[in-house]
Amino acid sequence: MEPTTKSCHEWLTEHGDYLYRFALARLRDPHLAEDAVQETLLAAMQGGGYSGKSAPRTWLTGILKHKIIDLIRRQVREQPLEHEEDLPDEPGMDEFFADDNRHWSDKPQSWGAPESVLEQKQFLVILQQCIDRLPKKLANLFLLREVHESGNEEICKELKISSTNAWVMLYRARMGLRKCIELNWLGK
Amino acid sequence: MLSCKESSQLISQSLDRALSIRERLALRLHLLMCDVCSRFVKQMNLLRLAIRRMTQQTEQDENLVLPPEAKKRIADKIDSQHDQSH
Repeated sequence: MEPTTKSCHEWLTEHGDYLYRFALARLRDPHLAEDAVQETLLAAMQGGGYSGKSAPRTWLTGILKHKIIDLIRRQVREQPLEHEEDLPDEPGMDEFFADDNRHWSDKPQSWGAPESVLEQKQFLVILQQCIDRLPKKLANLFLLREVHESGNEEICKELKISSTNAWVMLYRARMGLRKCIELNWLGK
Repeated sequence: MLSCKESSQLISQSLDRALSIRERLALRLHLLMCDVCSRFVKQMNLLRLAIRRMTQQTEQDENLVLPPEAKKRIADKIDSQHDQSH
């Protein structure tokens, strides 16, 4: 079944909003999400790959996942973190620890029972704000990792970064997030 | 004996790769004695759950739609791509 402009417009009408939300959840940027949806539909039209085996939405979402990874790969390559930030032992990270790194300088607090925390709208709002405060490429890599169905190795291969580099960035993202959440949610 | 910093790094990495037996033992030993790092483990697990919940909510939020201008831009692009290839 050869996709035509007509079916492409139909996909935009029927699935555009869903694809946009899917992209927005991962990229957290309306313009990037729009780009991802556009590239998905163009690829769908040109590829001629729709076989009718899966629902169009499932098929389009599969293309979109790759487009999202492409966008994040470009981010990771075009916006390298400042040199020292790429290092695991950069100065900012040491602030999390005291006594020659033996102990936490701001000790992680108890956040309460997971189910009750997740029910709190305020927690999710603050989580989003904290994600948006991270350097964009850290935030996107982190979201990709936490939401993505595939493993870390696969993500690294797709993004063309080393595993070590990914661990360092994910660590930074997690440490930054937990600190931000404690400051703003627990109101320390 | 792991420092809390090393322990936090291993905890983070354990979410992304399988730790070696040696690393697992060292971490387990540290966690037995360190309530603070144990709390960090709980925080990281909760964070992962929360991110998944958040993503799901965004995906299902019917109020979030592709803005009409964006839809128009994409529709125009579809037409112009089509014209180019024919």
